[in-house]
Amino acid sequence: MTELNGKPAVTAAALRLKVGLAEMLKGGVIMDVMSVEQALIAEQAGAASVMALERVPAMIRAEGGVARMAKPGLIKQIIQAVSIPVMAKARIGHFAEAQILQELGVDFIDESEVLTPADEAHHIDKHAFTTPFVCGARNLGEALRRIAEGAAMIRTKGEAGTGDVVHAVQHMRQITREMRQLTVLTEQELYAAAKDLQAPYELVRMVAQAGKLPVPNFSAGGIATPADAALMMQLGAEAIFVGSGIFMKERATPLDVENDPKEREEAVSRAKAIVIATTHYNDPKILAEVSEQVTGTMKGLAAAAIEEKELLQTRGW
Amino acid sequence: MSDLVDMQSKPRIGVLAIQGDYAAHAAALEQAGAAPSLVKTPEDLRLDAQSALEALVLPGGESTTMLKFLEKRHFFNALRDFCVQKPVFGTCAGAILLAREVRNPAQHSLGLLDAVVERNAYGRQIDSTILTAETALPGGPLEMVFIRAPRIAAIGPTVEALAWRDGYPALVRQGTVMAATFHPELSADRRVHHLFVALVSGAPAR
Repeated sequence: MTELNGKPAVTAAALRLKVGLAEMLKGGVIMDVMSVEQALIAEQAGAASVMALERVPAMIRAEGGVARMAKPGLIKQIIQAVSIPVMAKARIGHFAEAQILQELGVDFIDESEVLTPADEAHHIDKHAFTTPFVCGARNLGEALRRIAEGAAMIRTKGEAGTGDVVHAVQHMRQITREMRQLTVLTEQELYAAAKDLQAPYELVRMVAQAGKLPVPNFSAGGIATPADAALMMQLGAEAIFVGSGIFMKERATPLDVENDPKEREEAVSRAKAIVIATTHYNDPKILAEVSEQVTGTMKGLAAAAIEEKELLQTRGW
Repeated sequence: MSDLVDMQSKPRIGVLAIQGDYAAHAAALEQAGAAPSLVKTPEDLRLDAQSALEALVLPGGESTTMLKFLEKRHFFNALRDFCVQKPVFGTCAGAILLAREVRNPAQHSLGLLDAVVERNAYGRQIDSTILTAETALPGGPLEMVFIRAPRIAAIGPTVEALAWRDGYPALVRQGTVMAATFHPELSADRRVHHLFVALVSGAPAR
């Protein structure tokens, strides 16, 4: 890792600090929040971090339009309100949005396919930032290309905003299978594997030796229930991102946590249950208890019913 | 040496595994000659009907998240009872959990270390840093990885400081309680974990 891209001085200590924060988030839940009130609910439920954004993926999908970085005012309010780390999303390739997020003091930047991409060829040069980045990936090659660009955390991509876990499962299985396959190759075979994966040889060799990514691998996209979170953890995720699963009611309508006590209670019950399920992912007795305590689940949208060109996960290359 | 003999001779040290970098701590303890196991419930503090773990590590992570779990199922009291009797080592979030008083914001804690700890005292992730500084531990300067680090603002008379950042204690010991505001588990230097394992091995039985 330390001599990647020929920038040893930039990466050695800086990269350790970036990956270090990702290490601290392991075993936790990172929740999408659209207001201070939601951020406080997330923190009180035990979220390890919150992702500040103006519209969760389910709303972006339903409402359309260009999805951009959240407004700085909202991000600053959320940073003020909670003591846990705050993340925010920048558009793919939009390094100016990332510069602004770093200036605001955001703890982790998500270069996210959920927002409308700003560059169809280049991702952000993440080594150029002090703030760590997380990026999505559907396969090992994509994950390693993002790590080569400086990502300190990978999240396997599900189909965001659906509440359907099927693609999160598919891509986690894909990446773990590809990593296992690398571990049985000979030194000579790794060069061809690097060519096939379209990823730097050095990173391919590190995965072949360790059997895992050189940065933490979290799961995101379509996780809506405690059972979904437990499933992804058992499949090898090191932590869980929950987007629309906590605060959405119908496809484009959030629960009214500010004014309706019953809807607030529902959001709280979902958030608490997913946090507990992520820690106790291997304990069916606890999973059964917390699943029973959840008072409702987002309606969701079957990922198979979405047209290919409408998929968010295919953005990024 | 067979695994069985191996397990019997090594101190059995638990790592609180609610959330955070508990896997890094388990690996570091193993390198320092201990046999680590993960603790997710109060029952995990026991090995079997006859015996319990010998010591506990509270890892880095989010102290608010860990507290949520501890406040359920009598975990908090079970943990405090365990740590009163057996050695405990907290890093970063773990140090916050051990403190007598927590500031910025104030929050519940185990109160086992006579110290005042301020959360996120040095700023946000962008202010995280790796420093190499003098330490009372033998072997020269110590690398310290600070991530959204807390600060030990004050310590009681029975607390001994073993390393410092800007004049504030960064590694402390009070009897069988150890705490660090940095992350020795993320450095290659194992002196801090060796110190804790030695404390466990030499701790008087109570």
